[in-house]
Amino acid sequence: MKIGVCIKSTPDTSSRIQINPGGDDLSEAGVKWATSPYDMFAIEEAVQTKEATGGEVILFSASHQDTSKEVRKALALGPDSAVCIQDDGLAKADSLSFATSLAKAIEAEGCTLVFTGKRASDGNNIQVPAMVAELLGWPHVSFVTDFELDGESFKAVRAVGGGVEEVITGNLPVVITAERGLNSPRYAKLPMIVKAKKKPLATKSLADLGLTADDVAPIVTLSNYEPPAERGDCIILEGDAATTAKELVRRLREEAKVL
Amino acid sequence: MTSPLTSLTARYLTDEHDAFRAMCRRFTESVLIPGIQQWEEDEFTPKDIWRQAGDAGMLGPTLPAELGGGGGDALHALVWTEEVMRCGSGGLLSGLGSLEIALPAIVHLGTPEQQERWVRPVTSGQRVAALGITEPSAGSDVAGLRTRAVREGDDYVINGSKTFITSGIHADQVTVLARTSDDRHGGLTFFVVQTDSPGFSVSKALKKTGWRASDTAELSFDDVRVPVANRIGAEGTGFVQLMRTFEGERLALAAQGCAIAQICYEDALSYARQRTAFGKTLTGFQVTRHKLATMATRVVTAKALTYAVAEQMRQGIACPVEAAMAKNTAADIAMTVSYDAVQILGGAGYMRETRVERLSRDARLLPIGGGTSEVMNEIIGKGLGL
Repeated sequence: MKIGVCIKSTPDTSSRIQINPGGDDLSEAGVKWATSPYDMFAIEEAVQTKEATGGEVILFSASHQDTSKEVRKALALGPDSAVCIQDDGLAKADSLSFATSLAKAIEAEGCTLVFTGKRASDGNNIQVPAMVAELLGWPHVSFVTDFELDGESFKAVRAVGGGVEEVITGNLPVVITAERGLNSPRYAKLPMIVKAKKKPLATKSLADLGLTADDVAPIVTLSNYEPPAERGDCIILEGDAATTAKELVRRLREEAKVL
Repeated sequence: MTSPLTSLTARYLTDEHDAFRAMCRRFTESVLIPGIQQWEEDEFTPKDIWRQAGDAGMLGPTLPAELGGGGGDALHALVWTEEVMRCGSGGLLSGLGSLEIALPAIVHLGTPEQQERWVRPVTSGQRVAALGITEPSAGSDVAGLRTRAVREGDDYVINGSKTFITSGIHADQVTVLARTSDDRHGGLTFFVVQTDSPGFSVSKALKKTGWRASDTAELSFDDVRVPVANRIGAEGTGFVQLMRTFEGERLALAAQGCAIAQICYEDALSYARQRTAFGKTLTGFQVTRHKLATMATRVVTAKALTYAVAEQMRQGIACPVEAAMAKNTAADIAMTVSYDAVQILGGAGYMRETRVERLSRDARLLPIGGGTSEVMNEIIGKGLGL
């Protein structure tokens, strides 16, 4: 069985995000890149599944930039190989552009089970996994906190709020998105890092996947970025907890009109 | 723009070092930083941290991978030190690093059976190892040590005491240097003593100025009987083996000095940017800017020398004199920069909740441990033909 994992290189959480002069895009200058944190749970689940059932794990990434450094780091966590889709045609990509590229690559590799993080830490759109599943014609289960595979059948648990869990069973193929708590991602030990240097990592263009620029043309264009407005003056409520709580609710309801 | 704090040393590092750094950082942030304040106050770090470190592959970055270590080079050791030091405790760093000085004798001189028994369980974090060299009456003058191992049939009987032993309380095994004959240098031999052996005891838990999260102890050997199978290498091979360990230990301490200096500089800069006095931030005063500029220059000086030495070692080029120079330079700079950082933080820098307070105490060990600055200068002097 081939297990795919879609991962995204996102700005490291310590990076300072700045807007380009002109406001048409975010600046990539000085940004440190790292695999999106939720994707780490996806990688771990794929590797654990492989360790339990056999098969191989293939990483997929799509970007206009070279993501091989971050993907190579992810290979140290146990996956066997990687496909990095890198093409200038993805410079202005939207979620559907990425999903189209990833779905093509996943199809080409013959995966029947795909994991990915529940969301990427940069765009936070929560769209790509569902789109990949749709394009492949597969079902998908999102925000999964527990996953079991028995032959071709899977059982996925997802929290639906209020302490209630939903249990979904089905058959492969499927796209699973990982929620925190699904597992504890392992550390990439130094010998694993060294070993990862020799693992196959293929860089593919859109043309290599049989796609044209039109196939991935974005339907959503982000035209203007602005920093959030400066925070206004704070109002500090004085008094004991009971009084200030009551006053806070009154102001939220009557002045801010948010309750 | 690359930071001037890293631009001169970045050239030595590969993607592999960067990936290793990311792993070390994740471990430090998720396991060490949440607990360090408490462990420093307790003057003790729970033994479970070694197990967690072992599981994560954080123990023994330069020990052979086939024995459970990282299999890395001297630059990996530097990266490891820089990242673990981000927890802000030289004591915890030295505790987790004690196996790097305790195990080389077994790695270099031990039989495969000895390595399986005493290296792998330590790199996996199941056991803690300490190195026992210093004695109440023998420090820098190693060859003056008096702990004696006397052969009796298939055993050796060890008597004596060791002091200032890092990880001495947690240790499950101590790599002990003992005298097997009166030959001053050629009469020293390494043994592994399991700490559950009859006659072995931790005679004193030592309280220290700094390095508080590390358990440091005085150890007593009272007719401790160990089988010949616990002798590491042939009789008389201990001194030469110990000398082989020193270069790496000096680099490790130089790296710790660099890390202490850099963290102190960063904390002082962060404070000076926020703290206001007389209507402007501290960085608005030229006196503070100049102090910070000097601190940064010193950090870069220490790092440039230390990284250059590490690169030499990575290439397998012996550089004991240069390693001694790096250790002295980094130790002095750690002392100076941590002092300046405390000065910039003022009263806050004297409070136990700030990192610079702790690091200014930890820095004081660097000109003493692993060979004093004076001993380093002797080595440097000899290397210069003085």
